[in-house]
Amino acid sequence: MSAEASKQTPSMDTFLKGLWRQNPVFIFLLGMCPVLAVTNTVINSLAMGIATTFVLFMSTFIVSCIRKIVPKEVRIPTFIVIIATFVTMVEYAIQAISLELYDNLGAFIALIVVNCLIMGRAEAFASKNSLGRTMLDALGMGVGFTFALLCLGVVREILGSGTFMGIELFGEHFQPWAIMILPPGAFLVLAGWLLVFAWWAERQQRRQAAVEEEAVT
Amino acid sequence: MNPDPLSFIFLDAAIINNFVLAAFLGICPFLGVSAKLKTAVPMGFAVIFVMTVAAVCTYAVNQLLVYLDVPYLRIIAYIAVIASTVQLVEMVIKKFSETLFRALGIFLPLITTNCAIMGMALFATAREYGFMQTVVYGVGAGVGFMLALVLMAGLREQLELSDVPSVARGAALTLLIAGILSMAFMGFAGLGS
Repeated sequence: MSAEASKQTPSMDTFLKGLWRQNPVFIFLLGMCPVLAVTNTVINSLAMGIATTFVLFMSTFIVSCIRKIVPKEVRIPTFIVIIATFVTMVEYAIQAISLELYDNLGAFIALIVVNCLIMGRAEAFASKNSLGRTMLDALGMGVGFTFALLCLGVVREILGSGTFMGIELFGEHFQPWAIMILPPGAFLVLAGWLLVFAWWAERQQRRQAAVEEEAVT
Repeated sequence: MNPDPLSFIFLDAAIINNFVLAAFLGICPFLGVSAKLKTAVPMGFAVIFVMTVAAVCTYAVNQLLVYLDVPYLRIIAYIAVIASTVQLVEMVIKKFSETLFRALGIFLPLITTNCAIMGMALFATAREYGFMQTVVYGVGAGVGFMLALVLMAGLREQLELSDVPSVARGAALTLLIAGILSMAFMGFAGLGS
């Protein structure tokens, strides 16, 4: 893939890379605080993912629009104010939609403002790229982030309380694995996913090496 | 006004609900700067310092916001105050101690996006702490962050020398250790209640 050619036009790759190859959580370990803190149920994970995607999309959209008129020296404070505005909107919106969800997510809605994923995309991508590419990139990253949150949320809710989106799965004989919905569970489940992905990548590599060796002989 | 005594607030922030291991705040620097003790210790001190100053500033800002009756500006005001506090602290340190400035160097600007600072300010507001309580909470949170960071750095330095399966090397292993540390800190739950 030539980096120069893909820099100008929006392409499917701009969107797809955020889902997997440059997944913000599993590959770059960005925005970890909400990933660990709110993934004790599937609903919370989904809500957090959507809220972050919305803030990411809207703020990088604005950043990309004004990228040519903002002086270089004040761009970071400008980005922060833009992000903070959308976070405030999201906070009040969630409070209006569901008070229960608002209480569950707690301070972590407001803390989207310091999510390094959003600042990172605004600084590294939106301030340098055209509107179309920025929108695709933000959507891809947002969906990738939501996907990662769900990966953790599904495992933690099923093991930790034996339910999926509040629906009982195993009947009354199931003994919930309480540690999974407590803080240590978040670290352990994420570590587990990273181990699975590392194992998968290593296996792919070994297979490719074997294929190449066969081709040589 | 919250009736909690100062000693409890300090213990609560530093150990019982440790900011990193129980409340998941400041995970990025916790994973990023915990590879060496030599960098973890100055980072810890920098965070304690900024936390304390930010606690004072955000308390004042919150009083102003309440007085003006504009709670919806809280997030914007807090993040602006924290970012400028970090800038200010950076300038003051540079003026008074060149050596300390060089030791902290790159870590200071990074603290702006440390969600532990913002989290501390938001929690202190939500719990309606008074002035002294907010300051003690800020110091406690900083100490808790440093405690977790230094523990982790010590463990990771030891791990450098051990034989780890190649799949687990890197982030996965760090997170596993963090999980075990977090379990250890759960032992403090209920302390002081």
